[in-house]
Amino acid sequence: MSNTATTLFEKVWNAHVVRSIPDGPDVFFIDRHFIHEVTSPVAFLGLENRGLKVMFPERTFATADHNTPTINQHLPVQDPLSANQLKALETNSAKYGISHWGLGNPKNGIVHVVGPENGITLPGMTIVCGDSHTSTHGAFGAIAFGIGTSEVEMVLSSQCIMQPRPKKMRITINGKLGKGVVPKDVPLFILSQISASGATGYFIEFAGEVFENMSMEGRMTVCNLSIEMGARGGMIAPDETTFNYLKGRDLAPKGEAWDKALAYWKTLKTDAGAKFDLELSFSADQIEPQITYGTNPGLGTGITHSIPVASEVKDGEASYKKSLAYMGFSENEKIIGKQVDYVFLGSCTNGRIEDFRAFASIVKGRKKADNITAWLVPGSHIVEQQIKEEGILDILTEAGFQLRQPGCSACLAMNDDKIPAGKYAVSTSNRNFEGRQGPGARTLLASPLVAAAAAVTGVVTDPRELMN
Amino acid sequence: MAYDKFTVLKSSAVPMPIENVDTDQIIPARFLKATKREGFGDNLFRDWRYNSDDTPKQDFVLNNPIYSGKILVGGKNFGSGSSREHAAWAIYDYGFRCVVSSFFADIFKGNALNIGILPVTVSPEFLDKIFKAIEADPKAELEVNLPEQTITIVATGDQESFDINGYKKHNMMNGFDDIDYLQSMKADIQTFAASSPY
Repeated sequence: MSNTATTLFEKVWNAHVVRSIPDGPDVFFIDRHFIHEVTSPVAFLGLENRGLKVMFPERTFATADHNTPTINQHLPVQDPLSANQLKALETNSAKYGISHWGLGNPKNGIVHVVGPENGITLPGMTIVCGDSHTSTHGAFGAIAFGIGTSEVEMVLSSQCIMQPRPKKMRITINGKLGKGVVPKDVPLFILSQISASGATGYFIEFAGEVFENMSMEGRMTVCNLSIEMGARGGMIAPDETTFNYLKGRDLAPKGEAWDKALAYWKTLKTDAGAKFDLELSFSADQIEPQITYGTNPGLGTGITHSIPVASEVKDGEASYKKSLAYMGFSENEKIIGKQVDYVFLGSCTNGRIEDFRAFASIVKGRKKADNITAWLVPGSHIVEQQIKEEGILDILTEAGFQLRQPGCSACLAMNDDKIPAGKYAVSTSNRNFEGRQGPGARTLLASPLVAAAAAVTGVVTDPRELMN
Repeated sequence: MAYDKFTVLKSSAVPMPIENVDTDQIIPARFLKATKREGFGDNLFRDWRYNSDDTPKQDFVLNNPIYSGKILVGGKNFGSGSSREHAAWAIYDYGFRCVVSSFFADIFKGNALNIGILPVTVSPEFLDKIFKAIEADPKAELEVNLPEQTITIVATGDQESFDINGYKKHNMMNGFDDIDYLQSMKADIQTFAASSPY
């Protein structure tokens, strides 16, 4: 094999280097830039202070999501600080000629849901946003990652950031996922094996049959959680599944442009013999439905397992004990049967139509448990519309659930959707950090199936027991 | 945004020997609603620092008057999670200029460098020595020398060197930021953009 074999990551990265600074970062060109109301205002303020303009406004897309209420979106936003940020996004977008999908716009929704569903996200692109879950877009074979506000200002003013090149990791999983095991369980399993810092300094490529056989929405869930492994991002080579998903989307290329793009996208894969700095592999049959029990996403395990003892985890003993104390859990306890108070279905991790289909498949013909407060939050208005059109809303309503309006909601609890102190939430989101879902809230991360099983039984339940 | 130049910093340090200190702890999401960059230091480590009735938690290190200084020393995987630059702003606004750990999350490290906080990565063994030195004497000083790329425990003379790329080092020592650099190469960027397939 010749030494010119390159990885998917290198192909996309190399195609975006404007200049390599000796003993420094690359000046890295950004194709698409998403902004939202929380991490952009100070960047716009910076532009104003320096008297700079937005260099390529057509490459930036704004959507309101982090702060938005998930009920009564037609009314003025009550919290004055949130309202102020939403207004700033609208004003800044209008001032600089940036496309803005604010509250009430039919295309509004969570940035990492609306980008792909509207065909803004394409294979081979570089995509950034002032949000760490930008890694989601890697599902399309894009290099996508979260940036800070200083970098948002850089992209607005120069369409570039200064980026050191991360190391390359490949995680290969072959085999077929078992009953009740869905895309969310795959990254949660990887996290349980490598810890929440196991991929720090790396960019991951996910490869193997499990990812090849996954839908685009499943791949987005996987790449979304690559940041929780500490990775800069994760990506999956584009294939027919990718192309079929993209064809006909609003902002995807059409006609001749599509054919030309497709020819390029088909070259985007890792060559045989290309070298990675680190290769890991797992087998699909190692993975059962997962759930977390601690305060970082690496502290999870198969749902039938017990909470490990300190010597079995990679976190230091003091940090691990602090984590369990916060959760009100003890070493060696069974997780199945634990009390649950709240269930959250939604977020950029699991707020897409397939997630609502999965949830509905469990709750159909059953009733919400009396002790459960459930917040079901679609990732976008387009998802919300699909839920209604496919009859999923009827199934949810019949089972005693209500649907809320799109937004980030209880994933980070910036709006009113806060889990109360001390309460337990089974959540399909991405972070179980202390206070993430509200001060004192206790989060158990899991798939939409596990969330649904908890919602109808009132306790942590293996969803396989509720499946035919 | 301009920041103070960084060359040599000699200071006592605040110890936080906790692993995986994520940016939601450094500054919880509900304090991210400002449209200006001011006052974030007041809410640094808000939920570890204050009770729900806003009274200080006496056992938290920032509320313990025996510890002070411009250097924060954290456990492994400091700054994980959310990309919020507000976390770095809060640390800077509180008065820290340097964070020491055996391991930083990537986005936090980049954000820190962009706003003038020096992240210093040391070996786990050296980190342990620092914690022990502060345990022995809460006023124990560290000297962080950016030009020499060294960190020294002043009382014991223990020293280790740290990595930083030449470009960022130059920026930190002169208070420059990346936007100045990028503005200087706009013609190249324009040419590059014209040949982009997207």
